[in-house]
Amino acid sequence: MLKQMEGSRAVAEAVALCRPEVICAYPISPQTHIVEALGELVKEGALTPCEFINVESEFAAMSVAIGSSATGARTYTATASQGLLFMAEAVYNASGLGLPIVMTVANRAIGAPINIWNDHSDALSQRDSGWLQIFAETNQEALDLHIQAFRLAEELSLPIMVCMDGFILTHAYERVDMPTQEQVDAYLPKYEPRQVLDPADPVSIGAMVGPEAFMEVRYLAHAKQMEALKLIPEYAAEFKAVFGRDSGGLVHTYKADDADTIVVAMGSVLGTIKDVVDEMREAGHKIGVLGITLFRPFPIAQVREALRHAKRVVVLEKSLAVGLGGILSTNVGMALAAQPVDVYTVVAGLGGRSITMRSLHALFRKAEKNDLDPLTFLDLNRGVVDKQLERERATRRSGPAAEAILRDIGVVAANIAQEAP
Amino acid sequence: MSFQPVKFYQTGTFTVGNRLLPPEERSVQSQEKRYNSINSGHRACQGCGEALGARYAIDAAMEATNGRLICANATGCLEVFSTPYPETSWQLPWIHSLFGNTAAVATGIAAALKVKRRQGERRNIRVVAQGGDGGTTDIGFGCLSGMFERNDDVLYICYDNQGYMNTGIQRSSATPPAARTATTMAVGPEPGNVFGQGKFLPAIAMAHDIPYVATATVADLRDLEAKVRRAMEFEGARYIHILVPCPLGWGTASHETIRIARLAKETGIFPVFEAEHGEVKSVVAIRRALPVEEYLRPQKRYAHLFGKTPQVEVIAKLQALADRNIKKYGLLDGGAR
Repeated sequence: MLKQMEGSRAVAEAVALCRPEVICAYPISPQTHIVEALGELVKEGALTPCEFINVESEFAAMSVAIGSSATGARTYTATASQGLLFMAEAVYNASGLGLPIVMTVANRAIGAPINIWNDHSDALSQRDSGWLQIFAETNQEALDLHIQAFRLAEELSLPIMVCMDGFILTHAYERVDMPTQEQVDAYLPKYEPRQVLDPADPVSIGAMVGPEAFMEVRYLAHAKQMEALKLIPEYAAEFKAVFGRDSGGLVHTYKADDADTIVVAMGSVLGTIKDVVDEMREAGHKIGVLGITLFRPFPIAQVREALRHAKRVVVLEKSLAVGLGGILSTNVGMALAAQPVDVYTVVAGLGGRSITMRSLHALFRKAEKNDLDPLTFLDLNRGVVDKQLERERATRRSGPAAEAILRDIGVVAANIAQEAP
Repeated sequence: MSFQPVKFYQTGTFTVGNRLLPPEERSVQSQEKRYNSINSGHRACQGCGEALGARYAIDAAMEATNGRLICANATGCLEVFSTPYPETSWQLPWIHSLFGNTAAVATGIAAALKVKRRQGERRNIRVVAQGGDGGTTDIGFGCLSGMFERNDDVLYICYDNQGYMNTGIQRSSATPPAARTATTMAVGPEPGNVFGQGKFLPAIAMAHDIPYVATATVADLRDLEAKVRRAMEFEGARYIHILVPCPLGWGTASHETIRIARLAKETGIFPVFEAEHGEVKSVVAIRRALPVEEYLRPQKRYAHLFGKTPQVEVIAKLQALADRNIKKYGLLDGGAR
């Protein structure tokens, strides 16, 4: 059924259609609307039987999820940013214990400086946690991916993060096609846990493992995650059969077949990139797009295949590996290790900085001329940065950088929609 | 049958089984069909108070629930010595997740069970969570307070040996003043742990107005069993704080564990009481208050108080803490306050 609704509400309704039995909620922007909507559905009796638990921290949220999932309940939670970091110890624990928890991450920057706006630093900080990570491009895809996520998590007995851009998707009102309960029931089988805490068959879960077996346990975590590469396309195909639309999968190409330049990205920015590519195509540029839906496990073979004929690859990512450069680009680079192709890393949109079509046009044209630095920070205000660096060279005590820069810029409100210089 | 205090002279020994009692009044542990929830063969130290406390507490909870119990366990000695895989001592469904999240894991288990009941599960399965003092009063405190405040249907048991014994005897917020640990060294002008710090978690638990809070020691195991049984009569959050001497950490002989625990109670340094909905309902009275020195002297962690020049002032300050407990909880007159 077509509906006009907020992304968070759409995700909440989709999650409710998956019949979760335990939901743990802790507020953090920009995720909060999702659990608010779910709480309302539980309280008014539309989602039943389900326990909605207001916990005291994200660490508790994931810990409650661990307990309920291990007791055989389909379990859901959502978080973002600092919340994901605060629960990090339990995030690793959930995957180590093989618990199929589904969690939405409404992607948001990580402080300090504190910043509530969108980038991918939070989810990517947990890329080695053993969770599967899928990134939604649109609200429709976010909705659909949650339905697929429960199935995938429970089949693999592994937890999944469904990542959607904070505010850009979570707070955007868009048209979505909301499936019916019958469709979801037909697609998503009942949760049959592999191991469950039950007095009728007592098991000890979470025992200590020493050097004699730890390597093997970790290898199996890897091997098991790699199975998702096979399952996800199958589940996406079945999804299409039941719901009548393409959603999910590993990667998606757009006008990439004959492209000399291919832009790689994840999440909602793909929409802007495709608009720019459309305009550049009209102007005769051979440029295309590779959208990565599945980030963990990383679909190396599919990325390599998609970029096989490219002369240059521009990885545009909303994350920064401080001291190295790109995170997504490092992963893409691994897929291209044996290929003689230039890979440009473009760090863009950190902390909600707008990624404008104008900036992308300029960037991609520069890339086509092989005139791009290996590592570029899109729309970086060089003047402000240089001034601060100069200040730090001049005096040993130069004050907190964030506050000094805000003072230089001279505005109080966050300058999130800055035009390209 | 309600709890009947047993006087040791009835048997002439310190045995807690008390086989002179009629079968229905005997302790859980003296019964042939006890659950042995934590089975023999684990790797606890000789004389471990925690192993003893856990054995009695969990078996009593199993008895009270007809074996319908799930246990969540914090990281720590109890977890490490009971589950060196592929061995496990636990005869009930048991999960270890992390050091600081045990109360929250138990909340999750309880929530899942609640849903299962609504889906037609006929068994009334209950949840117990357990951890040491570090996992309870320090790193796990946030999750514990959250579980209390939501009044989740969980019995949380803290085995308090007054320090981080699993990592090599470091100070926790339950380490008493003057005690030597690896991080409150017995050196300098004020050796051992400082005065004026630390927290008494049973009082904090009571401040949450949860249905049931109790303290116990491994010196009076029938009292411990009765408190676990009583705790299982309530729905909602419950807390039992058990003093469990640690021969390794306290520097006591392994055969002295029970005597040391009894001295903690008889000196008043550790008050034994139970509370319902935030109010103290009963205390285990001290028959004859002993000086704290009798409790301190056998423990090497207090050896610096008894050197060539005994630290009489420090001992007096510890005595004052015991006297305060005696007065506050009415330990000498059985709780009349």
